Amino acid sequence: METLLQQTVNGLVVGSVYALVALGYTMVYGILGLINFAHGDVLMVGALVALEAIRLIQTYAPELGLVPTLLGGLAASVLVCMVLGYTIERTAYRRLRNAPRLAPLITAIGVSFLLQTIAMIIWGRNYHTFPQLVSTTPLEPVAGVFITPVQIAILVVSALLMVALMLLVNKTRLGRAMRATAENHKVASLMGVDTNKIIAATFIIGSALAAVAGVMFSSNYGIAHYAMGFMPGLKAFTAAVLGGIGNLGGAMLGGLVLGLVESIGAGYIEDMSFGFLNSSYQDIFAFMILGIVLIFRPTGLLGERVADRA
Amino acid sequence: MKHTLVALAVLGLGASGAYAQEVVKLGTAAPLTGTQAHLGKDIENGVRLAIEEYNAKGVTLGGKKVKFEVQAEDDQADPKTATTVAQRLADSGVKGVIGHLNSGASIPASRIYNEAGLPQVSPASTNPKLTQQGFKGAFRTIANDVQQGQAIGRYAATKLGKRIALIDDRTAYGQGLADEVDKAVKAAGGTLTGREFTSDKATDFLAILTRIKAQNPDVIVYSGMDTQGGPMLKQIKQLGITAKFITGDGGCTGEIAKLAGDAIGANAFCTQPGLPLDKMPGGKDFNTRFKKRFNTDVQIYAPYSYDATAAIIEAMKAANSSDPAKYGPFISKVHFPGVIGTVAFDAKGDIKDGAVTVYQFKAGKWEAVQ
Repeated sequence: METLLQQTVNGLVVGSVYALVALGYTMVYGILGLINFAHGDVLMVGALVALEAIRLIQTYAPELGLVPTLLGGLAASVLVCMVLGYTIERTAYRRLRNAPRLAPLITAIGVSFLLQTIAMIIWGRNYHTFPQLVSTTPLEPVAGVFITPVQIAILVVSALLMVALMLLVNKTRLGRAMRATAENHKVASLMGVDTNKIIAATFIIGSALAAVAGVMFSSNYGIAHYAMGFMPGLKAFTAAVLGGIGNLGGAMLGGLVLGLVESIGAGYIEDMSFGFLNSSYQDIFAFMILGIVLIFRPTGLLGERVADRA
Repeated sequence: MKHTLVALAVLGLGASGAYAQEVVKLGTAAPLTGTQAHLGKDIENGVRLAIEEYNAKGVTLGGKKVKFEVQAEDDQADPKTATTVAQRLADSGVKGVIGHLNSGASIPASRIYNEAGLPQVSPASTNPKLTQQGFKGAFRTIANDVQQGQAIGRYAATKLGKRIALIDDRTAYGQGLADEVDKAVKAAGGTLTGREFTSDKATDFLAILTRIKAQNPDVIVYSGMDTQGGPMLKQIKQLGITAKFITGDGGCTGEIAKLAGDAIGANAFCTQPGLPLDKMPGGKDFNTRFKKRFNTDVQIYAPYSYDATAAIIEAMKAANSSDPAKYGPFISKVHFPGVIGTVAFDAKGDIKDGAVTVYQFKAGKWEAVQ
């Protein structure tokens, strides 16, 4: 029982990072029908920029406390990623908006390589140690479950961000414009919505979320690396599809479900298959669930809700 | 008549003394540029020292005094470059090769040496495959991963605790090493509580570690690289697991300590093929000679390349020839006290009783304990 609870906590923490990144995929897909494969690499840039900023703060303002230092790093990383997201949209995708679907897709993969290579040139190939500003030492176990302050922070911050995003999309003017653009570009622009601006805003918001996810990822595992965005990016994309791509609620649900499935799958697959399968099938397990869901619900768990996708 | 000619020739050459010696070239290949350049240079220096000492003592083969020379090539730790330099060495008529450093370079190059009929003694490559390809000329003076896996399994089961959990990263290196650990643990009377798998790109091990925790092992053996080992140590601490941790040479680095931060301590062990210099029978004396000649410290591999060179030259002496076809078979028969201990090879070409050192993490660094 303790083990099951611990696996659930593990899964929720990983899943909320997936969910946050999945939101970026799904928002862009909802509006443009584009799968932005560079999104995972924005997460990587976010983590490395935060690392750099934290190093600077620690050098020039060492008297600053742990949490302000982290917030400083986070702010720098969110800002840089917002600019990066805007730049990617403006330079790589906007010109291809009316091109056949494959062109922007290939471009997205190109942007992903570009970001990784630039990061490799700047930060080198080595793994960097990400400073532990929030403790990763476990708290007193509750019911045999170990959880660390950084994991609690991840759960809380992602929950808050998801609620904030929901409010933004459903309750504000910008949100309404985003939903309108998602439904139909041309009509939205005829109604006076500046669709270029709205699309840019979508990229900026998605990139900011990725930056936060990157900082959380690195704080939790204590590492940062130029290729670190690949796996979370792939998993988050899977989560977005699992939940129903284009659907915000779906991305969150998909992320959490994927995290749980992976964690519990890795923990119990050997017992469930009577020793036939083992934890090397951890990823396959996650993709198997994806396959099964898509067979029975081709539009994902919550479906591709066209009307209010955003 | 014939005799007169020979006599004349001998006289003619004899006039210029040293030039009468026959020159025997030996090749060495290792990364001399890039991030591993210091280790490659270490290998080259070991070869140079051996050759200079043999030249000073004087070696006579087939009745002629010979002078050894080195041809050093840079393989850049790259498999493709390794085959290029291997071909260059073969073409330039070297009689034997000491190299390479990386298994990834040694293995592709070994095919070329084999085709050219050249013996190759690697001072550093540990992948078992090098000597398992059926090439008669492939040898190594360092313990291989099979020997290392056995050492890890034996040490874990006899010194650290009976209940052992095994994790490998599903790479050729990790899996091969883990298979040997598995066997050795059972042979030493330990029990394997479970075997889990991850990948060399993973960062999250909480799921498999939680599973391991439920099995309550005394020791966690991790077979993979430091870049996964660091975060893994961190997550072991995160889950409140108190088991000891041991890993192979892939994790036996300063990098793992950096990545693990405060999660690494005296509960962490690792192994490295070979002995630390001060534990080698001829280590101290070798270090003095090496420092005097090159004005730099031994990194790791110089004693191994020194002994590899000695093995080739001893085989030449035994065969009384520097012809690879003639002296090659004698390498497997050499038996002499080297710097690293007794140099002798088994049927495959691996060093006999290859030493593996166990290190424990103490006061911020790895310290040899056995």
